[in-house]
Amino acid sequence: MSTARIDEQGNKVYMQYTDASQQDATGKHGVWLFLVTEVMMFSGLFVAYAIFKSIYPEIFYEGHKFLDWRMGALNTVVLLSSSLTMALSIYYVQKGKNAVAMGHLAFTLLCGAAFMVIKYFEYTHKIHEGLTPGHFFTYANGETANLALYFGIYYCMTGLHGIHVLTGMALIAWVMYRLKKGEFSPTQYTAVEGVGLFWHLVDLIWIYLFPLLYLVS
Amino acid sequence: MGHAHVEGSNYLNHEKGLWSWLTTLDHKRIGILYFISVMFFFLIGGLFALLIRLELMEPGQQYISADFYNQVMTLHGSIMVFMVIIPGIPAFLGNFFLPIMIGAKDVAFPKLNLLSWYCLICGAGIAVSALFAGGIDTGWTFYTPYSIKTSTAVIVFVLGAFVMGFSSILTGLNFIATTHKLRAPGMTMNRMPLFVWALYSTAIIQVLATPVLAITLLLLVAERALGIGFFDASLGGDPVLFQHFFWFYSHPAVYIMILPALGVISELIAAFSRKTIFGYTAIAYSSVAIAAVSFFVWGHHMFVSGQSELAGAIFSGITMLVGVPTAIKLFNWVATMYKGSIRLDSPMLYAIGFMFLFTIGGVTGVMLATMAIDVHLHDTYFVVAHFHYVMVGGTLMAIMGGIYYWFPKMFGYMYSETLARLSWVFIFMGFNITFFPQFILGTQGMPRRYHDYIPEYAWLNKVSTFGSWFIFAGFVIGLISIILAFRKKEKAPMNPWGAKTLEWTIQSPPIHDNFEKIPTVNGGPYEYR
Repeated sequence: MSTARIDEQGNKVYMQYTDASQQDATGKHGVWLFLVTEVMMFSGLFVAYAIFKSIYPEIFYEGHKFLDWRMGALNTVVLLSSSLTMALSIYYVQKGKNAVAMGHLAFTLLCGAAFMVIKYFEYTHKIHEGLTPGHFFTYANGETANLALYFGIYYCMTGLHGIHVLTGMALIAWVMYRLKKGEFSPTQYTAVEGVGLFWHLVDLIWIYLFPLLYLVS
Repeated sequence: MGHAHVEGSNYLNHEKGLWSWLTTLDHKRIGILYFISVMFFFLIGGLFALLIRLELMEPGQQYISADFYNQVMTLHGSIMVFMVIIPGIPAFLGNFFLPIMIGAKDVAFPKLNLLSWYCLICGAGIAVSALFAGGIDTGWTFYTPYSIKTSTAVIVFVLGAFVMGFSSILTGLNFIATTHKLRAPGMTMNRMPLFVWALYSTAIIQVLATPVLAITLLLLVAERALGIGFFDASLGGDPVLFQHFFWFYSHPAVYIMILPALGVISELIAAFSRKTIFGYTAIAYSSVAIAAVSFFVWGHHMFVSGQSELAGAIFSGITMLVGVPTAIKLFNWVATMYKGSIRLDSPMLYAIGFMFLFTIGGVTGVMLATMAIDVHLHDTYFVVAHFHYVMVGGTLMAIMGGIYYWFPKMFGYMYSETLARLSWVFIFMGFNITFFPQFILGTQGMPRRYHDYIPEYAWLNKVSTFGSWFIFAGFVIGLISIILAFRKKEKAPMNPWGAKTLEWTIQSPPIHDNFEKIPTVNGGPYEYR
């Protein structure tokens, strides 16, 4: 059992730490390490993208025509706004304005949901046209060989990213719950910061995915 | 901590009942949970190994069919890799001793630590359930295109490995944060025991490489389930891409398996030579060097895969570089023993055995890194012998040495030294009888992984099978020595070996908080003389 004590500032400090600042620094260290693992995981897909792009540039050119860049751009705007409000929510927790922070977190969560809804419309549209991954690819264009491979990459990359958006939304909801319970204060907000870092990484990956998949020429 | 320490209280009796173990956040108890699970997996993987050797005792089919043999071989490999050797030292001995050795009360994230154990158990459960869904016969490498085409339960098994990967990542993440942030006052990086350096380097690999395995396995699942085509030539993909992805993780993973063992040996050599370790800095940084180089050598598994000769030559050269930091360690250990007051207690016997076997394993590794030789020896028993010399002769010998070294600290009891030495005699001897003939078989051209062979290879195979029984006997004796130690309850002193690292300055077994008062460190870890 890991026991915790309450220090002079009212922070909960677990027994393995000497004080709250060591605890916060360690927590942040852990979050950064976790982000490294995320980058490594996505890098596998980016490598696959690079390899197939170099072998079959034509399927990327053909494939991107089926994506609606306006939807992608809209999603980019949505995620970028959410990154701003996420960062602001940390700022407001630091300032002790928890109610304002809560509003910003809620907006961030809403943006995440909006992103997923837009993505849902994109996916259903493609599935309707038979632009589905692998064995289920039924779109008959007859001109570009291996076009299905492009959609394999498209679904793998955006799918894994989508799972991360959902995870991020769950984490934001968790932070909101803790904020509501009054667990964060200007001296204790590591969890908000950590979730913020994760959310920024998820946005950042989309910033790469958008041009790589939608804006091919 | 506020609560007063009760006389006779320790981490084992701090709380009682199975539930307190299954929900524990104490790094020592989690280490013990890993100990028990790894021992169990080792038994299973070992029985499969015995079955393989039994079948190969004579040419032709003896006891099991070729299809079943393929499954047994796959399970032996993947259980030993994913469930025994990878978690073996870091998650068991490392979990128990890393925090104590740097003067901390626990790891940085105790809940993650417990979660990582559950990931291992759940992953293992999922993987083994593949047995009831048609088995798996791809070998532990899951190479495409076979892994896409076979009718066995690849998806189930691969998802199990995926979940076990999280266990490895979380342990690594925890250890890096612990090492950076939780060191006691005065415990600078350059005063950390070498075992901690080794675990730290291992953790870096776990954090950087395992996510790549995760995406590789997910893509394999997507390939089988949806046919996304990444690894399927008929859909425009490339099966060799899978090999690149796989080995980008799995070669560094080999160092996840061996680096902690090198760390254990550093501890043993210093303690039983009763001498300050020679070349502390060199040994410490060579661990980090091995970790760094490990990411640039994966292509040496693929010399005959059709990759370009230039790539092959570069991978070959970098692979030989690994020999440098490894040899630095070995020479420093020998230099430490030189003019030391060597005690040949059982942990030291295992350490010396390690040095012999690991040297053979390492030198044959350099041979295999040479492209011209590798093309000849590729996929023969020479490779099998090579990696068993490194993994069994290296890592398992180190685990055994480490268990005997730290057993008194972990459980507070002494074991029978006679039985411990006897186990070493059987394992060391049996190991060489089993695997040395495989070097010869390999040079004669016997291919690995087959269920049958031509009669010319018969007698060496027979010798090899006899050897496997000696190894089995050795581990059984080891198990008996541990069981007897628990029955005899001969109390262990605080520091039976006169070792100098922090874990020997506290009670055996340690109290729940490890230290009554966090120590202040004033010197290096091996100040003998």
